[in-house]
Amino acid sequence: MDGISALYVFVLAGVAGYVLIARVPSVLHLPLLSGANFVHGVVLCGALLALARAGDNVERTIGFVAVALAAGNVVGGYLVTDRLLKLFDRRATPRATRDETGAANRAVHKGGDE
Amino acid sequence: MNATLPLALELAWFVAALMLVFGLRRLSSPAQASGGLRLAAGGMLLAVLASFAHPEIGSNLALAALAILVGGGLAYLHARRPTTTAVAASIALYSGLGGGAAAGIAALELLRVGEDTAALNLPAVLGGLAGCVSLAGSLIASLRLTGRLASPPRLAQRQVTYLASGVSALLLGVLLSAASSAHPVLVFVFLALALTFGMLTALPVAIVDLPVAISIYNALSGLAVAIDGYVLGNAVMLVAGTVVFAAGLLLTRLMARSANRRLGEIMYSGFGLAPDSLAAGGASGDVSPIDAEDAAVTLAYARRVVIVPGYGMATSQAQHKLRELTQLLEERGVETGFAIHPVAGRMPGHMDVLLAEAGVPYAKIADLADINDEFPDVERVLVVGASDIVNPSARDDEESPLFGLPILDVDRAEGVIALKRGSGTGYSGAENPLFGAPNTRVLHGDARRSVQDLITALKELD
Repeated sequence: MDGISALYVFVLAGVAGYVLIARVPSVLHLPLLSGANFVHGVVLCGALLALARAGDNVERTIGFVAVALAAGNVVGGYLVTDRLLKLFDRRATPRATRDETGAANRAVHKGGDE
Repeated sequence: MNATLPLALELAWFVAALMLVFGLRRLSSPAQASGGLRLAAGGMLLAVLASFAHPEIGSNLALAALAILVGGGLAYLHARRPTTTAVAASIALYSGLGGGAAAGIAALELLRVGEDTAALNLPAVLGGLAGCVSLAGSLIASLRLTGRLASPPRLAQRQVTYLASGVSALLLGVLLSAASSAHPVLVFVFLALALTFGMLTALPVAIVDLPVAISIYNALSGLAVAIDGYVLGNAVMLVAGTVVFAAGLLLTRLMARSANRRLGEIMYSGFGLAPDSLAAGGASGDVSPIDAEDAAVTLAYARRVVIVPGYGMATSQAQHKLRELTQLLEERGVETGFAIHPVAGRMPGHMDVLLAEAGVPYAKIADLADINDEFPDVERVLVVGASDIVNPSARDDEESPLFGLPILDVDRAEGVIALKRGSGTGYSGAENPLFGAPNTRVLHGDARRSVQDLITALKELD
């Protein structure tokens, strides 16, 4: 990829990122931050490639660490985002269902906790 | 990186980039968020699998597999454990890992200066710098949020160290990129300087502002990934990294705005504060205690009770008990509701998550803008383990380190009952005159135990 076309991609993708996220309700700030964190885990592709090109042991060590860190980014980023969204899913269910859930929780709670 | 890649690989990466971008797009709308995460995960899987079709991937494959197992496995074990209180800290940690990986890639490029295209050296320096700052800054932020790094050590002349490490890392990087051959020792010095600079950026940030700083580091990780993508000739990294960078910048601005902070204030405010103004804590004036029985009576005969939860509710997991308390009060004809401050707890949305988990109906939850004018009509406010977000000096006292943070005006209500575990200060360490105010009563103890006591006392009223 030559520098100028990379510059085009950089600017256009930047604008796209800015526009795509333009209106986010504040309860979604954290899941979105977490999701963005997961997406930059794609650095794993580059880390794999960099490790493949490593020639001596110093380079191999750095490459190994880079791949391990990137894999941690991908796995951890996904799991945290997933769990955050599951908590919000309940909020998104219709009012009636939610009250039932609440009642169920209440019953469990009264029965079990005291 | 100049070799022509197989068309199938380029196409797979193209599709993967689109999936990642549109997945992120869906994450910004409540109804589509879960689908968005799955779409992004599909894109990630495609991008990584396609990488194995790269003509150069052949060597060190076993090592790569082992690294994926180690890194992924550790993250899996770690991510399964933390409670919701640690979510912001986990995000910071994983975001830092991504930055670290990007820094590693950049370091490998710099070790090869002289062998590859010279035009790629400067981008590699910038990618390494952004990655290191993100790694070190995120790790410090994560440690501070989990309480493992309590009070930031105060370096004398920190501003000087801060500037010196940043500027010298950049200068050394530029020198390295202009050199005709690689200097491994200098590359490691460069990385160390950049890491130092990153650490110093995270230390002075106030704890309430850390989520915003984490968002900045996350955007920086995205930038580092994008730059590395250019260096390696990998379009999916360039596109996804850039989108994360831009979205991260926007998100940072939105988060800062909802806390009424300017970015400059967040990243530098800790510098100007004299240690004395932070160390002085506690409530001004005398605190008037109240016991659970009296507090229960006060609540039971109020017309309207508003509950303001803070981090203390999260640490003691009092949300289920609070839900039960509101139910008992409602049965007695008391109007109840929750008032949520945008930065209550240690991350935006923290309280919403916990109350949703406890099954509190959405209609009972009001945010700052909706409820703040109504406090003069509220008879009792129950503050559950919150301090900074209800600290009137943030509104009235220009000397306060919190000045400018919008607060819930609970001091304007008829009366306040504050459930508190320790002394009077919040995370900022700022003195809170609310707790010494004449219409405030303090119920000491762990939040969940106190709420349980209130419930027991309410039941005995009949």
